[in-house]
Amino acid sequence: MTSNAITLSVTRLRAYRIDALGAVLVAAGAAALLFLPFVLFKANRIVPGEPRALTELLPLWGNFACGATLALAALIAVGVGDARVRLAAALGGLVVVALAAAAAANALTPAGNRVVRVAAGPAFWVLLVVLGLMATDALTRLRPRPAMRVLYLALTLVVSVLVLAHGTFDNLSVMREYAVNAGRFMPEVRRHLWLALGSLGAAVIVALPLGIVCYRVPKLRPGVLGTLNVVQTIPAIALFGILMAPLGALAAAAPWVSALGIHGIGAAPAAVALFLYSLLPIVANTVAGLKRVSRSAVEAAHGMGMTEWQVLTQVELPLALPVILTGIRVVLVQNIGMVTVAALIGGGGLGTFVFQGIGQTAIDLVLLGAIPIVVMAFSAALLLDALVETLDRTKA
Amino acid sequence: MKISTSAVLRLVALLVLVAFLVSPQSFAPLFAPLTQYGAPPIYDQGNLAVLTLAQLATVCVAAAASTLVAVSLGILVTRPAGKQFLPLSRTLVNIGQTFPPVAVLAVTVPLVGFGEKPTLIALFAYGLLPIFENTITGLKTCPPQVLEAAAGMGMSAGQRLRSVELPLAMPLILEGIRLSLVINVGTATIGSTVAAKGLGEVIIAGLLSNNTAFVLQGGLVTGLIAVLLYDALAALERRVCRSVQFD
Amino acid sequence: MITVENLTKRYGIATVVDAVSMAIPRNAISVIVGTSGSGKSTLLRMINRLVEPSSGRVLIDGADTRSEPAHLLRRRIGYVIQGHGLFPHRTVAENIATVPRLLGWEDARIRARVEELLQVFQLDPAKYADAFPHQLSGGQQQRVGVARALAAEPAVLLMDEPFGALDPIIRAKAQEDLLDIQRRFGTTIVLVTHDMDEAFRLGSHVAVMSVGKLLQFDRPAALLRHPADDFVARMTGASDRAMKLLSLMTAGEAALPGVCDGPTVAASASLRDVLSELLWSGRGAAMVMGEDGIARGHLTVAAILERARP
Repeated sequence: MTSNAITLSVTRLRAYRIDALGAVLVAAGAAALLFLPFVLFKANRIVPGEPRALTELLPLWGNFACGATLALAALIAVGVGDARVRLAAALGGLVVVALAAAAAANALTPAGNRVVRVAAGPAFWVLLVVLGLMATDALTRLRPRPAMRVLYLALTLVVSVLVLAHGTFDNLSVMREYAVNAGRFMPEVRRHLWLALGSLGAAVIVALPLGIVCYRVPKLRPGVLGTLNVVQTIPAIALFGILMAPLGALAAAAPWVSALGIHGIGAAPAAVALFLYSLLPIVANTVAGLKRVSRSAVEAAHGMGMTEWQVLTQVELPLALPVILTGIRVVLVQNIGMVTVAALIGGGGLGTFVFQGIGQTAIDLVLLGAIPIVVMAFSAALLLDALVETLDRTKA
Repeated sequence: MKISTSAVLRLVALLVLVAFLVSPQSFAPLFAPLTQYGAPPIYDQGNLAVLTLAQLATVCVAAAASTLVAVSLGILVTRPAGKQFLPLSRTLVNIGQTFPPVAVLAVTVPLVGFGEKPTLIALFAYGLLPIFENTITGLKTCPPQVLEAAAGMGMSAGQRLRSVELPLAMPLILEGIRLSLVINVGTATIGSTVAAKGLGEVIIAGLLSNNTAFVLQGGLVTGLIAVLLYDALAALERRVCRSVQFD
Repeated sequence: MITVENLTKRYGIATVVDAVSMAIPRNAISVIVGTSGSGKSTLLRMINRLVEPSSGRVLIDGADTRSEPAHLLRRRIGYVIQGHGLFPHRTVAENIATVPRLLGWEDARIRARVEELLQVFQLDPAKYADAFPHQLSGGQQQRVGVARALAAEPAVLLMDEPFGALDPIIRAKAQEDLLDIQRRFGTTIVLVTHDMDEAFRLGSHVAVMSVGKLLQFDRPAALLRHPADDFVARMTGASDRAMKLLSLMTAGEAALPGVCDGPTVAASASLRDVLSELLWSGRGAAMVMGEDGIARGHLTVAAILERARP
């Protein structure tokens, strides 16, 4: 073809504006639906799953509704540029896929049977990821304000909890695991949050003043930051383990310590380790944030007659706050993940389910632990990012 | 050549590390006081040197994969054609860092089985962000006058990328790779919870049998490797990027 | 009003300010001028004790500035710096209210004062009171900086190169506004600059500094007519001192009695401007008209040239 013809064809394609990302996502989703099983049927918990396709499980109208929605979503993904329409299509697709999974589970589970496990299959997960990507892409293009993002998050969480409580998904294997472990679930969630937030809180109380001192006295920085850096390089499980012996000795030597609940195993070594890990990002970010504060604002504050304390609390800290909060965000997300590992030394938390699941080769138990952890980490990141962005906007 | 105290310290640390890995039993008296009830002071259920190398191998493979993907993605989204993918890529890479590695590990085990594979996936996802962000920043902060001069000389886009943009962005990209690599050395120990070969094995054995000596051995070796790697890569970076200077 | 007695500041072996003494008059603008490194900023900052002197003292209205804690002293002195130093995280109104709040004024009084200042500085309170500094232009930010310094009604205002960051047109307006402010509030102003033209424009007294030493502190006309040394002569502009001298006198002061045939000039115009206008238009004389509309007299080119000598 001559170069003119090629240019013309490209122009025509551009005129139709085929969305490259949409095309890729649709291809992946379609392939998954056609070639991968949608659900896996397990006669009981331990047996490997048998693949089942969606079409044989839903009634005709169900199949039709599913297919139509997904086809529409696919068309929109490829052809429509408006972000709001794409978001609606993606969310619609997600709802339909979720309901289909629930319906499939209901169809495969004889009434009253508590032994059968119906797990979501690879096709379900691929569709979830593909539709999730489409929704994320649309949301990113819309660029909602921080307050709106927090609102959407709250809405999603509330709706999800309500739907789960309602029982629509009760026959899916993950919810079955929940039913078995219901008594332990909320206590472990609370314990997880308590450990993550508690160690963060303690670290802020120590690290913030330490960071301010390091900022004022530059000579201290290499020593303090260097030591904290060394602490960071020690792997988490090693630090947990290293702390177990001294804490155990302490608890044995002083009875009032063990009366407080501090023992060699359990939450105490994990809490101390998390506290130590949380120090560096906060100290480093406090120093970095204070360094970025405009020198003339500080000089003007001194010149106006503010005392050192007033300059610190009314000018320097407020202006350094976004950077400090970014450090806190890093720590919070990191801690939520690390508390999972604490389960190895008896620290409790959602990691208990994860490692039990790994030990029993029960993926659903693993998911019961992993999904809430991911949701918590994601929510924490979103909330703190929104806070940082709100603070930043007043200063541009 | 002036030798500073820190260089001497590093050399000593390296020598001690190598000595320990090659002949661990000679350090037994050092660790004996940390054990109880006559437990073995030195990890004896596997060769420490082999485990260390296995962990390093996992980390390096994951780092290679992260680098390939993150740098390619970074180049793609800084081109005019790929600009539309920037917000999405950034969100995805951020999600990769927000997912706790343990959770990624736990979720991928049923898909790919136990062993090295889930660890590789978790380390890959976790290590993308520093490299990606640094690649983007490095490519974006290329002085526009230099690019214009290059275009004016008749360089094609590909040549500009290879001869101008990438070399100028190299210090930042290497910095990101270094950060990602060092963080992953520590994170890789978690892989042993899903039977990946590495020093995490030593630590977990210590946790399960209440043997602080094992825990220390695993933890200190990992920590030392992380610190030495960090310094070594920093020196390498300085040598490679000596000619690239900004005012 | 402000007495600087033998003020010296040493950093190690370097003497940045060398035994400077001067008596800064009340209710006027005194300008300290010099090249960079002359110690002028350091001298200024020793008045409000942002820099503590190595020796010597400063008396404000007879009281030694060291007789009270530094931060309390500074709440009574206004301070404006180049780059204004506005607090980015506070609104314009909050910025201006800073020192009154430190002093514990009641809310109503603070609100009234903020509004008054915004009006004086030609910033519509409705629009600007709740705006943030980054939303303002450079000139507006500079004005808020000065307003903030004057908020607590200080008797003394210190300014360190306050107009340095402004472009020439806005700078001229800002200088005019400063003269108005000084007349309105009666504040004693000490201003540091490296711009000799600015010093001559604003200062009723000018101090010339070089390498830490005070070379001369006098009225601008005296600096031109009787420079203390070569350096002062060069700094005040050896090449155009005649024009500088003319710029210091107004048409009203120099008007000759009688009328003439020619254009009208305002009595407040400087002789330099009148001369320039006459040369440009090719006329030989002009009528001098006061603000009240009553004629003050007339000026000829020759009469003006007579004045251009020491």
